[in-house]
Parts: sequence; structure tokens; C-alpha cells
Amino acid sequence: MTFVEDRAVITGVGQSQIGRRIGRTGIDLALEAAERAVAHAGLTFDDIDGIASYPGPVAAEGGFVGATTHDVRDAFGLRTTWHVSGVETSGQIGTMLDAAAAVASGRATHVLCFRSVWEATAQAAGRAAALTGKAVRASGHSEFRMPFGAASPANWIGMYAQRYMHEFGLTREQLGKLVINARHNAGLNPQAIYRDPMTMDDYLNARMVSWPFGLYDCDVPADGATAVIVSRREAAGGLANAPISIEAAGAALYERHSWDQRADLTTMASHDAAASMWETTSFTAGDVDFATLYDGFSYLCTQWIEAFGFTEHGKVGPFLDDEENYRLEGRLPINPHGGQLSAGRLHGYGFVHEACVQLWRQAGERQIPKDVELAAVGVGGGPEAGCMLLHLA
Amino acid sequence: MADPEGRMLPEVTAESRAFWTGGFEQELRIYRCQACRSWIHPPVGACWRCRSRDVGPEVASGRAKVAAYSINHHPWFPAFPPPYVVAAVELDEDPSVRLTTCLVDCDVDQVEVGMAVEVVFDEQDDVALPLFRPVMA
Ligand SMILES: [Zn+2]
Repeated sequence: MTFVEDRAVITGVGQSQIGRRIGRTGIDLALEAAERAVAHAGLTFDDIDGIASYPGPVAAEGGFVGATTHDVRDAFGLRTTWHVSGVETSGQIGTMLDAAAAVASGRATHVLCFRSVWEATAQAAGRAAALTGKAVRASGHSEFRMPFGAASPANWIGMYAQRYMHEFGLTREQLGKLVINARHNAGLNPQAIYRDPMTMDDYLNARMVSWPFGLYDCDVPADGATAVIVSRREAAGGLANAPISIEAAGAALYERHSWDQRADLTTMASHDAAASMWETTSFTAGDVDFATLYDGFSYLCTQWIEAFGFTEHGKVGPFLDDEENYRLEGRLPINPHGGQLSAGRLHGYGFVHEACVQLWRQAGERQIPKDVELAAVGVGGGPEAGCMLLHLA
Repeated sequence: MADPEGRMLPEVTAESRAFWTGGFEQELRIYRCQACRSWIHPPVGACWRCRSRDVGPEVASGRAKVAAYSINHHPWFPAFPPPYVVAAVELDEDPSVRLTTCLVDCDVDQVEVGMAVEVVFDEQDDVALPLFRPVMA
């Protein structure tokens, strides 16, 4: 069995300029990523009849919404038969999975999916303060966290990490090995933001943000956009790249969408999503050649490692002890591009981009040396999770 | 990001009013289902376990245990000078019900999972924030 009966494939990807405070708007970056992805697929904008993005026009801090679906389709004058955006979905790739269903059901042929952020520039310009200054009171899910000084995901996710460490003995040094691996890989990625080598001393001595998270356990605001073209399989022949199959996808959420009420604090929505994904495919964790796993915080990456079953629940510490498990030349390379920790917070889409580039063997210096056919992509943290198994035979 | 006092107070709703104001009478008011008797947080007009709509605030003991914590070192709000402890505490009445809160009267190095804590209210404007402190032996 294959996701949406094997009728949806990925045909191209593209990224804009990426950096810190590069002084361009989120819309400008989104347009650049879209142009590159469409060209990379061997298409033109006349072929694009669907468009999807995350999160859509939500109220959020400066730069979080780089561009909406309407921004991009209007800028290029796209004639679309289907368009969507959304934030109440399965991680940042939720609407990309919807795009696959849309092409499979005939509602569109080639869908431009994108995510754009310009948080570094917008926040430097003081827009965050200007925007959040209006929200004097905390509402929605923030209502029960902000009044207690729990202002940041570093606090909310830090609590999960602390409980896991308490239960299973995971250490800061083990998390550090994952962070250092990401930095090493980023050194081979010209698009990565942080490329200087990092030592364990650098990691352990960095200032503490919210224990157990130090500075290098947290990604940083970036400017950049990523676009992915999802096409109907029958329309994907003869294009620039061999079509990548979406072998399976997981979008399950079996508990309330909450940061503190999940029954087991040592798991996350990632576990629901990955479990639901494996129910739909004959592949198993042992078949996966490499993985790109959301690491907005180092701990989130460990949750995806467990969720996909690359190690048993509670055993991610010992898994991390042995770099052979996850280094670029190892058994299951993880985040060859450097993840969000070192390559920048492109908010989910960077992991899809990297999985495709690796499968097409277009990753340059950071190309995984062994043959790769099957990639696991896990996106999101806390109650947000979506995942895919991408296959290029 | 914060009000002039350097903090962000909650926007009180019809469902959350009991939670945010019970402290003025020294009461921790948590929603409870009248059908299956489970406790519910955050407060909302249905029980997620049995789907009964017969729910409303009841007074909880204010006793809880630390389920997880993070020692915050970043100055997010002027009213919360670091370091301080952000914690998820589980109610003694039902450990599956947690409140995210801030621990007070507490050495940040002494916090541990399972530590017994009790509610203490911090009155700010029109709300009384339920903070927690270690139970003195
Ligand atoms: Zn009930």
C-alpha cells in the first residue's frame, strides 16, 4: 500500500537565499524559492495549478508568516484549481500531505507547496515587539503558560526533556553529540547558517536558556523559504527529476493538542504520527537509509528517532553514544544538511528539501556516500507532528 | 511582550474565570465532570473522557507533585528574573491532570520529579495566579 494510492510524487524542490537578517521580506524569499522549485522540476508557472502553504495568515510574532498562499499565487498571477493553507494540521507539512491528496483526486496536477520565514530580519527590525505589544493578555493555549513565565517553547519542551532524562538517564552530553553531528554536517552545506566546527566543551559551556537546554540545543530565527512541487504521477514523466514516491505518511494525533496534558510526558505527537504511518506500509524502520528529523530543539530530534523506531523507547541515549548510528557515513545518517540547529529554522520544510536532494544525489559535498532509496522525514514537536516515507527506487 | 509591570496576565474567559479568580478566596478551582467525576484542565465545556457537558469548577486541595520542570535562565519578562522554575505539576486528586506553573519559595537546585508542592496565590490585577511552593515537612 502506498500513500494516496501512489498517485502523488515530488518532482522538484527549491530554496531561497538563507541567512540571518538578510533584509529581504518573507514574500520575496517565497517567490525566489518558488521560482527555483518550479525550474528544478522542469516546469513553468503555467503548469502550476495548485498551491499550499503553512501556516497561512495567522496572528503571530514577527516574521513567522513569511508569505501566505494568496501572496505567492497573486504575485505570479497563478491560475489555480485548488489552494489551501493551514496551521491546525499535522506539523508544518500537513498541507503538503493535503496537496498529495489533491493531485491524487484530480483537483490539481502540479502543486507548489512552500514555507517562508523572515524571523531574523523582522525581529531585528522590532516588528516582534510591535506586534506582540498589542497582545497585553495571553489567550488561547498561551493563557495557561505565559502568566507563569513559561514564555518560550524552550520552557515547554524543556520540561518534556527533563522528565525523559529523569526516567531514562539521557544526558546533556548525549544531546550534545546530536548537536555536534548536525554542526559537522552543516560545515559541508554551503546554505547552512552555522558552519564552524563545535566541540563538546563549546556545547556544554554555552549559556543556559532553560535547563536542560543550552543555547546550542535551540535553533535560531532565520530568513529563508523552501518550496516543494507535488505532482500527479501521470504528469510527472519526462520532467527534470525522477519522481519521488510518497510511500507512506503519518498525521495521527491521538491525544488533546496540548503542551502539558499528554498522558506520557516521555513521548510526543511524533509517536502517534509515526505509528500511524507504519500501519500503512510494508517497509519497516530497518529499511530506512537515512532520516531528516525536526530539531527545532535537540530533544525533538531524539523523539523522532524513537517515534520511527530507530531505537526502542527510552534507549535514545545509548543510540546517541555511538555516532556510527547517525553520522553522515554511518548506518542511518540523520540531518545531513545540519538540521534547523545549524542550517537555520526554515520550520519543517528544510527536512523535506534535504530528503529529496539526497535521494536525487544532488547534495554536493554532504551527499551521503552509501546508496540511498528510502528516507524518513519527521516534522514538528510537542503536539505538532507529520511524517513521510519518501522512496526513490 | 508584557504589560507595564513586566508580565503577561491571562485573558479571562467564561470557562477560565473560576480558575483565575478562585485564589482571591484561597481556592484552587479546577473543572470537574459531574458524570464521571474526572478533573479537566484547561477548563472547557465538555469532559474529554466521557463527553458529558455537565462540567464545572470544583475546589481542589491545592496539593500536587512536580511531574516535570525546566529551570529558566533567560529574562523573558521583567517580573520573572532568572533563574526560576517552570514546572508541570500533577494534582493529588488526579495525577493525569497537570498545571503548568511557576515554583516559588524554592531553591532551583532542589527541585525534583515527585516533589510535593502546594498552591500559593499571587494576586495581580483581576486575577490570582496559582503558583506552587514546596510543602514544608
Ligand atoms: Zn466525564
